[in-house]
Amino acid sequence: MSHVSEAGSGAAPARILSVDGDPVGDVDVGLGPDDLRELLRWMVVARRLDRECIALQRQGELTVYPGFEGQEAAQIGSAWALASQDFVWPTFRELAAALVRRVDAVQYLQYHRGTWHGGPYDPRATRFGPICIPIATQLPHAAGYALGQLLDGTDTVTLAYFGDGSTSEGDFHEAANLAGVWRLPLVLLCQNNGWAISVPTAEQTAGEIWRRAEGYGFPGVRVDGNDVLAVYAAARDAVSRARRGEGPTLIEAMTYRIGAHSTADDASKYRDETEVEAARAVDPIRRFRTWLVSTGVADDAFVAACDDEAEAFAMQVRAGVIATPPPPVEWMFDWLYAAPTKAFERQRDEALR
Amino acid sequence: MTEWTMSGALNRALRDALDDDPRVVVFGEDVGRSGGVFRVTDGLQASFGDRRVFDTPISEAGIVGAAVGLCFAGWRPVVELQFDAFSYPAFEQIVDHLAKMRMRVRARVDIPVTIRIPSFGGIKGKEHHGESPETYYAHTAGLKVVAPSSALDAYRLLRRAIEDPDPVIVLEPKARYWSKETGELSADGPGIGEARIVRSGDDVTLVAYGGMLTRTLDAAAALAEGGVSARVVDLRSLAPLDDDLLARCARETGRVVVVHEAPRSVGLGAEVAARVMELAFDHLQAPVGRVTGWDVPYPPAALEQHYLPTVERICEAAQAAVSY
Repeated sequence: MSHVSEAGSGAAPARILSVDGDPVGDVDVGLGPDDLRELLRWMVVARRLDRECIALQRQGELTVYPGFEGQEAAQIGSAWALASQDFVWPTFRELAAALVRRVDAVQYLQYHRGTWHGGPYDPRATRFGPICIPIATQLPHAAGYALGQLLDGTDTVTLAYFGDGSTSEGDFHEAANLAGVWRLPLVLLCQNNGWAISVPTAEQTAGEIWRRAEGYGFPGVRVDGNDVLAVYAAARDAVSRARRGEGPTLIEAMTYRIGAHSTADDASKYRDETEVEAARAVDPIRRFRTWLVSTGVADDAFVAACDDEAEAFAMQVRAGVIATPPPPVEWMFDWLYAAPTKAFERQRDEALR
Repeated sequence: MTEWTMSGALNRALRDALDDDPRVVVFGEDVGRSGGVFRVTDGLQASFGDRRVFDTPISEAGIVGAAVGLCFAGWRPVVELQFDAFSYPAFEQIVDHLAKMRMRVRARVDIPVTIRIPSFGGIKGKEHHGESPETYYAHTAGLKVVAPSSALDAYRLLRRAIEDPDPVIVLEPKARYWSKETGELSADGPGIGEARIVRSGDDVTLVAYGGMLTRTLDAAAALAEGGVSARVVDLRSLAPLDDDLLARCARETGRVVVVHEAPRSVGLGAEVAARVMELAFDHLQAPVGRVTGWDVPYPPAALEQHYLPTVERICEAAQAAVSY
């Protein structure tokens, strides 16, 4: 049974635009025309870069790369709801959200180029945590960061991304429980993209992920993760709640991973192509673009300009990635300890001899 | 001069750290209202409030993960994982994140987390309450690991651990919590990475740490009665090891015996033996001896004295080295 048809079997996700781009909810989410156009522009730019990254991997310029095609609305709609001081804890598939948060794409991609772990960008300056591959382990970090804000009395909100597969891990439970008990200013944003590598969501959990929030003592919502307005509205509400001191929210954004888990696997081995075609039919970019053009917020010239910008940006990032040299050997040692020990420095000298 | 229990000295170290640095927070299971199962956090919440000293759900991965996140917000977390084996649910957070985070973010964030773990056996504990986890953590790059053996040194090491800008695991020997030592508490003196000679001697060097130091000293006293002059080194810092002192003692006494209650295979004694061999091979007059727990799970209370190194086993190993 395919994920797309199954999605209808649980609670209907909140939706503002139909899959054809017709309004089916309140389209006034508090965003003016400039913001609305920006959402489209970022989605187009992100998708083009994602495809370029896959090409770069095929050409040997990147190591294994996890594509996010299909998840642009879920990432960009949620990231757009954050204020500049807010902090994001990502998984390894949040390049689109990183772009919106102004993380330098070439620096970000050094992770996938294999020149640095974690992320060479400055997490404090960018308000974007290190890329996290172990499943759900970023969630306790997000809880701790949110606790730090609570203790300091700031109005900073923390948003953590994770996938449907993450919710099977203990760290998801521990972080959600801490968030509830401590009433943390935290938004837990699950991108349910239907698949955890080769295992469909139905084999990952028998329930609906958004409903788990009730057990932790805070609200959960399910939204159409391919509807950027619906994602934005849900994230905006959750961020506002957190900022007002009303605690965490769990958002389950129903989306779909159009590509394979990463460039290292072949999704056709475990997934029916008709399911992917069905997902393409509910494409988040086409839907939003149709509505924007139909309302006159964007015109054909803007759409064309987005495509041109996306192309130019992808080429610029490509050039930057290819120009990134391997790091010097001493970087293996340089940042491990703030206070290196004598024994460690001796070993460093031995390695660099 | 004041008489301190190790538990009391550790409590005082936390109190002084909380006083000195407003960014220090202390949290863990039962550390707030109750004051900790070994009384180490007794009275701290009453003094500093429940925003600086607080209880957590039973959630070891959550505790360590939250500590990492708190560092990004500029806090200096000191957490307790209630018993040695209860640190294992947090293993992924410790090894994958705590240890590596500073390097992963290219030092944009320091990770000055202290993890206190009541450790080791000898108190007739239930299963999973008498383990020696030091090899797991000492093997992990990015962590510093210390194990005090006495009250005054426990104060010093915990203060130094909290001040340290890197993550430090403090393995507190449960069997020594109520041991007493008289003197003034001070953070000055040997730091992390430094061992210390606690009894002088010329014939053989006995190296021990944590809960095994007392019986190693007892063994040295017994050996002296038989005419063997045993030097005793308190390792204190398990990662990094004090290569310089180990090498010097090996050169000066020519014989080294390592004592620990952890199982022998791939235990810290293997690393000490390797370092001594690398650094002082030409001076050795006997193979480095190891007196350790057996390669079995930590046994039930009724059997633990058959597992832990005894004074007799330590003396035998020292005699074997001397008469080699």
